[in-house]
Order: sequence, then structure tokens, then C-alpha cells
Amino acid sequence: MLLIKCPYCEEERPELEFRNAGEAHLVRANPIIEQSDDDFAGFLYFRQNPKGLQFERWRHIHGCGRFFNAVRDSVSDKFLTVYKAGEPRPDVSTLLSPAAAEPAEPPVTKRPRAKKVEVSQ
Amino acid sequence: MRKYSVFALAREAMRAHKGWDQQWSSPEPKPEYDVIIVGAGGHGLATAYYLAKEHGITNVAVLEKGWLGGGNTGRNTTIIRSNYLYDESAGIYEHAVKLWEGLSQDLNYNVMYSARGVMMLAHNIHDVQVFKRHIHANRLNGIDNEWLTPEQVKEFCPPINLSADARYPIIGAALQRRGGTARHDAVAWGYARAAADRGVHIIQNCEVTGIRRAPNGAVVGVDTNRGPINAKKVGVVAAGHTSVIMNMAGVRMPLESYPLQALVSEPVKPLIPCVIMSNTVHAYISQSDKGEMVIGAGTDQYTSYSQTGGLHIINHTLDAICEMFPVLTRLKMLRSWGGIVDVTPDRSPILAKTPVSGLYVNCGWGTGGFKATPGSGNVFAHTIARDEPHRINAPFTIERFTTGRLIDEAAAAAVAH
Repeated sequence: MLLIKCPYCEEERPELEFRNAGEAHLVRANPIIEQSDDDFAGFLYFRQNPKGLQFERWRHIHGCGRFFNAVRDSVSDKFLTVYKAGEPRPDVSTLLSPAAAEPAEPPVTKRPRAKKVEVSQ
Repeated sequence: MRKYSVFALAREAMRAHKGWDQQWSSPEPKPEYDVIIVGAGGHGLATAYYLAKEHGITNVAVLEKGWLGGGNTGRNTTIIRSNYLYDESAGIYEHAVKLWEGLSQDLNYNVMYSARGVMMLAHNIHDVQVFKRHIHANRLNGIDNEWLTPEQVKEFCPPINLSADARYPIIGAALQRRGGTARHDAVAWGYARAAADRGVHIIQNCEVTGIRRAPNGAVVGVDTNRGPINAKKVGVVAAGHTSVIMNMAGVRMPLESYPLQALVSEPVKPLIPCVIMSNTVHAYISQSDKGEMVIGAGTDQYTSYSQTGGLHIINHTLDAICEMFPVLTRLKMLRSWGGIVDVTPDRSPILAKTPVSGLYVNCGWGTGGFKATPGSGNVFAHTIARDEPHRINAPFTIERFTTGRLIDEAAAAAVAH
């Protein structure tokens, strides 16, 4: 089970309190009527599904109820950071740089730790 | 290839089993093939086999990053059935069941197909209505499926708990008698042996790192960790990693990859005579010929390539299993594992040509691809050989997500998604 930090509650809570809500930063066209069928299919169904760092939405459904975004490595399932809905996409290179991983950094840039229950193979 | 038979077995028994050949060879990759299949799982190997057998294309390489049959082919719960709601799905899954019935003879390899019956339990009035609708739809498509009363359920599967005090009492079931199980590894091995015998090269530990394109955009081959290999036709059959491979050709897919877990118990004497599925309590179980209870869980909620999932998912499944079979409460679980399944928005597969000339894709089988292995390989081979889809897989395009012509088994939910 993942441990997820809610950026609104500012607390790590078990995955059971959250609902994953898919790829983040998908923007609905406005006005949607002018969008082509291909672009609308892209918005509705086609996904990046990356192996590696991905931007995704979560909802703290059994907590504050709010949506937020996260950056997670889809191979290790470790979270790099979480941020509030509407905030810009964080720069991945700074998240991965050694400075960001330093424990002496101010708390705002501290990486939340995600633990995972290992399942025996 | 030497034919396997009871006489071969007797002969080898007399001489300490020293005369068995290797089942397939491990050749070095040639610089060029007619067709390259990416992924040596059941579907990929079946594609190669039918290319050679039915279309005479034997200059084929199957490239596998790891070992043959080591992905979802070796990680599933081996359930076979064709009781899907929509005509398109019924067509392809029933095509597979018909091939399953003769597969051991066709491959000269015992895939242990066992038509022991798949029983899907109804726990509430909604289940009853949905399953009866499925039964009628299936019968219109010539697929066997029948309704059982609780008494008939108990008769068909004696250890089941019919108590009215159960949290989710059983009020009936849909039974497909031709459904059942097969030995998953043997399916991969049987196809590999039969394909290699017809000249197909199976190249393991060979990871595709890029897809090579001509200036006009057509596929001309692949890059691998063992050097470039040319081919004018490339079929991608990479399950959970399909998005990664297709991204190398710049094709975005309507797929998301999720972990799906399964587990087995310690082996016990024969107890459960069929496959039991319950969508409502979300669990499925059968007993392997070794005696292990083979139990499948649902997917985790987040996309991942980790081949592992959360323990709470398994716990939830075992709660349901113990509710249905109180006799299993004290059974010890031996192993659990995860695979990465590629899920489409409508939970139906994609077997189609792609916008890139010479590139074909067979993916999106989600949580239920094993049952389709022979049928999928069969029609995908046709698609590659003729450069046009077979009648059966013609509806399973990528374009359906643009036109809206979905095959919405997600809503029909014949399966425990």
C-alpha cells in the first residue's frame, strides 16, 4: 500500500484514503465544440502511460475530499512530490537533482517518503 | 521435431529419459526477417505459429526482453471462457475456445485444457438480470451458457457456502460448461516448440530499444540490445509495455498499465471442481491439477510497471473467498505475485493495423488475455500476413476510440475488472 501525502492536509496517509484519478494536466478544450475528433479522442482516451516519472491526479476522498497532483515513478512507485490542483507542473530536473534530496533543504522542497508493502514474489 | 506420444514416453522411460530433444533452439538473430514479433508471450508465440502454419511465412523472429512466457502468460489465473456480451467479443473469444478444444493435438503438446466449467455467481437482483441477459446474448451467438438455481450451484460445486446469513448470499449463477482452465506455461512452450519447428526464430534476452522507420514513415526494422534487425513488418505484442514500444514509433495508445495480482495456496486434495467467479464480491478461484487454490484479485487503482501491488488488494480478495468457501479459512497461502496489464477504456482489446505502415499491434487485453491466446494469435497472424484484419478482429481497431464505436465490455462487465 502506498503512503501518500495530501498537500492540503499536509500529512502522509495510507492509500486507502485516496482515489487515483488518472493522468494529470489534461486540459479540456474551450470551446469544446471546435475541437477535432482526433483531439477530443486524445483528451478523452489516449494516455502517455510512461514507464518512469509520471504526473497523476489523486483525490483525498476519505479526508479533505480535494483533488491534487503528484509526480510518481511508475517503476518504483515512489512519489517525488505532491502539489495542489492548479499549480504548474513542477520541473522534474530539480526534483531529481541531488540538492532536492538533501535532508537539510527547507521543508517545502522535502520529498515525501512513500513506502510500499512488499509482496513476496 | 520428434513427436510426443505415449510410445515416446515409454521408450524414454526404458532409457532413463536421455533421448529428449531441446524443445526449441536459441539461434543468433539474423540481420533481416520477413516479420518481427515483439514479445514472446502466449499471444506473440501463437502469432508466429499461425504465420508459419496458415500463411506460409516462416522467416519470422520473436524477440523477447526476458524469458519466453515470463510475463503475463506465466502470471495469470488460466481461466478460459467466452461468455461475453457483445457480438464482437463473442466472436473473438469463441474463436479462441474452439481453438483451445483442439490445441493439444494441433501443437502435439499437452496444454491441459480442462473444460471443467466456469460458474459466475449472482448475489443480488442486479446480478441475476445482468447474467440472464448475458445467457440470452450468448445463446443467440451459439455460445453455451445456462442459468443455475442455488440448489444446482451447490450440486455443481459442493464446498460453496449457500447460507442465507452470508454477507452476499448466492441466489443463482451463470454456468459456461465449455469454460475451464489450461496450463499457462505449457501454452507458451507448446507454441514455441511448434513455431520453432516450422523455422521461427525465438530470440530471448533481446530487448527492443527502437523502431526503425524509412523516410516515408514505413517500418524497416527494430533496434535491439543485440544490434539492429530489419523487417518490413513488425507486430507489437508487448502487453503492459505496449505504450512504451509504440512510443518508439511515435504512436500514442489508449492504454493504461495497471498491476494485477494473483496468489496460490498450499496444495490440497481435490476440492473445487470448477472455476468460480464473483463480480460482486470480486474474486475468482479454481484449483490447479497440483492441488493449489489459484486465486485472482482485482487491479490496483494506480498505473504502474512495478509487477507488484498492494497487500490490501489481496486481503480484500481473500475476505471474499473465505466468505464463499468457509472451508478454506485455515488454508495457507504460498505465493503471490503481480503482472502489468494494459487496459483500454472499453476493456476490449486492440488487434489492428496502426497509423504507421508495416506496424501492427495486439494489445489491450487487460485483465483477461490468457483465454484468448489461440484466437488472438490466429487472427493477428492473418492481419500481418494479409495487411488487413480478419473478419473477427476487424472491429478491434484503434480508431474506434475516435469514432466512438466502442466494444464496451467495461459496462457489460462479464469479467471481474
